[in-house]
Amino acid sequence: MSGAARIGGLRNITLTLIWVWLLLFVLAPTLMVVVASLLERGESQFVIAEFTIDNFLRLFDPLYFQVFWNSIYLALVTTLICLLLGYPFAWMISRASPRLRPLLLVLVIIPFWTSSLVRTYAMVIILKANGLLNASLLWLGVTDKPLMLLFTEFAVIVGLVYSLLPFMILPLYAAMEKLDLRLLEAARDLGAGRVALFTRVVFPLTLPGVIAGCMLVFLPALGMFYIPDLLGGAKILLLGNLIKDQFLAARDWPFGSAISVLLLIFMALFMLLLVWARRRRADSGEMGL
Amino acid sequence: MGETLLSIQGLSKAFGDCRVLDAVDIDVASGEFLTLLGPSGCGKTTLLRLIAGLEAPSAGSITLADEDLVRIPAERRPVNTVFQSYALFPHLTVFDNVAFGPHLHGVRGDELRQAVAEALATVGLAEFANRKPAQLSGGQQQRVAIARAVVNKPRVLLLDEPLSALDYKLRKRMQVELKQLQRRLGITFIFVTHDQEEALSMSDRVAVMNEGRIEQLDTPRRIYEEPASVFVARFVGETNLLPATVKGRDEGGLLLEVEGIELKVRPPRFDPDDKVHVMLRPEDLDVWSREELERHPELKARAIAARVEEVIYKGSTVDLLVRLSGGDRVAASAFFDEEDPTLDYKRDEEVFVTWPKDWEVLLPWDSGGAGAG
Repeated sequence: MSGAARIGGLRNITLTLIWVWLLLFVLAPTLMVVVASLLERGESQFVIAEFTIDNFLRLFDPLYFQVFWNSIYLALVTTLICLLLGYPFAWMISRASPRLRPLLLVLVIIPFWTSSLVRTYAMVIILKANGLLNASLLWLGVTDKPLMLLFTEFAVIVGLVYSLLPFMILPLYAAMEKLDLRLLEAARDLGAGRVALFTRVVFPLTLPGVIAGCMLVFLPALGMFYIPDLLGGAKILLLGNLIKDQFLAARDWPFGSAISVLLLIFMALFMLLLVWARRRRADSGEMGL
Repeated sequence: MGETLLSIQGLSKAFGDCRVLDAVDIDVASGEFLTLLGPSGCGKTTLLRLIAGLEAPSAGSITLADEDLVRIPAERRPVNTVFQSYALFPHLTVFDNVAFGPHLHGVRGDELRQAVAEALATVGLAEFANRKPAQLSGGQQQRVAIARAVVNKPRVLLLDEPLSALDYKLRKRMQVELKQLQRRLGITFIFVTHDQEEALSMSDRVAVMNEGRIEQLDTPRRIYEEPASVFVARFVGETNLLPATVKGRDEGGLLLEVEGIELKVRPPRFDPDDKVHVMLRPEDLDVWSREELERHPELKARAIAARVEEVIYKGSTVDLLVRLSGGDRVAASAFFDEEDPTLDYKRDEEVFVTWPKDWEVLLPWDSGGAGAG
């Protein structure tokens, strides 16, 4: 067997493995959820094989609209904060000396070494009434009685930002590292001050990183259930919690599936919108002068 | 040439301990085409970046029409640069790239469209306004970079090896176009290159730079014909350098010993016993066979015996590499003409080398400069 043929064979095996993986663990479960969302709930089994669209009709309830809106709102706020924190952070890393850069990147990635659930419990310890943060604030005399931090929207946002920030920083860093610094010199040479430098050159050129980072933060933020559970208490109900509750507490698999399908459709629309927007940007000519 | 527009005095730049530019003085006249020529690392690009404001000088001054440039940040200097890498904005169309500067300076609407269209027409790219840089060839990108700079009507246009990425033919064409453009726009050009041919053919004056200093600042013709140092002689054009010693001095000249013959030369700027280099361009040398020399007895006293080592046919000339009896090797170019229509030399043939009286240039001895160029 020639070398080229062997490489071709290896490639086929790899591709087959990827396809099998995607079929078994992505397509099949998704199809099962879609099918379950169209079936009826059973008393003894989880689902009964009878077609219905009741599960979707039930979603048209102001209560669920509220949950839906809460989820999007929190995910948006989380994404915005991650972007505002992550952008300068990623910029600093990309401009650090080449010797320091790997170290800084490792610091960003280190949290992944422990489970996100464990780290969320750590946040509880920091934020609770007699926790680390309150103790420090009391000691510094900033406040004279412990602040109610845990089980608030604030705590949920802190938890989400903390967990998802690396997903914003890494794609931003990748985009910034590729940025040709000579373009910044050219822009200065043509008369761009600091503001114009950022708005006309740096931001547009790092936009792919911004979009990738926002997607990697926004989409998981919609579905994360243990962070609102642990840090928000029972007060803040999000889509992720709702789905989890339907599956684990209410044992209503068809309705849980219907909510999942709704979330799936929403995410797909969101991504299509981004793809469409980018294509339009690429085609458009003048910058609207 | 017109009055001084840009004046550089005692300009130095050091990066840490590394002195890149060492007390450089240049006055550039309004409308002049000045070239900074030198090997890589000689400081020519640093000098350009200092004028553009992309680096801050360690010492010295840069004044443009009596205004101190050093205190003005790059974005407000009336100076624009054509970068070696072109540095076109990849996310903007050709139109937006060219409009970048004027738009920042508040030009809008029809005025902006007209200015950009004019600049693009100047470089012959009017139909390419809606393309992205990635959709253009190297030569077209080069033109966009030029249009993007000249649209701002800079007092001085800085060009950092703008042609080095182009292939030979395109480079030749762009040399002519750039020169015509400069004449048409009347803008002062400061052009950086390491290509001596480019420097000679395009410039009003050439500054030959070496190790952060200017070795010679002169017209291309004087740079080539009367180099001020061994470095300039070797860097610009093909050069033969022969070691020689000053034997004595008499009325109106020096007596020189070179390659075993004695020579009377004009310039009296050396002292007896000085070692010097005699510089001769390959086209200055005449190569004679023994029979030819017999027919020119007046040359006999000045002829150096030699042996042909290599014959290189070049089309319009024949280049010879000739080993002199003293051991030095020189290059000589012979042209086909009515005197010598065949130029029939063979390897190992015995020949004699002469040059027209007073065509030699005497240069101060430079230990790095021995041998043929």
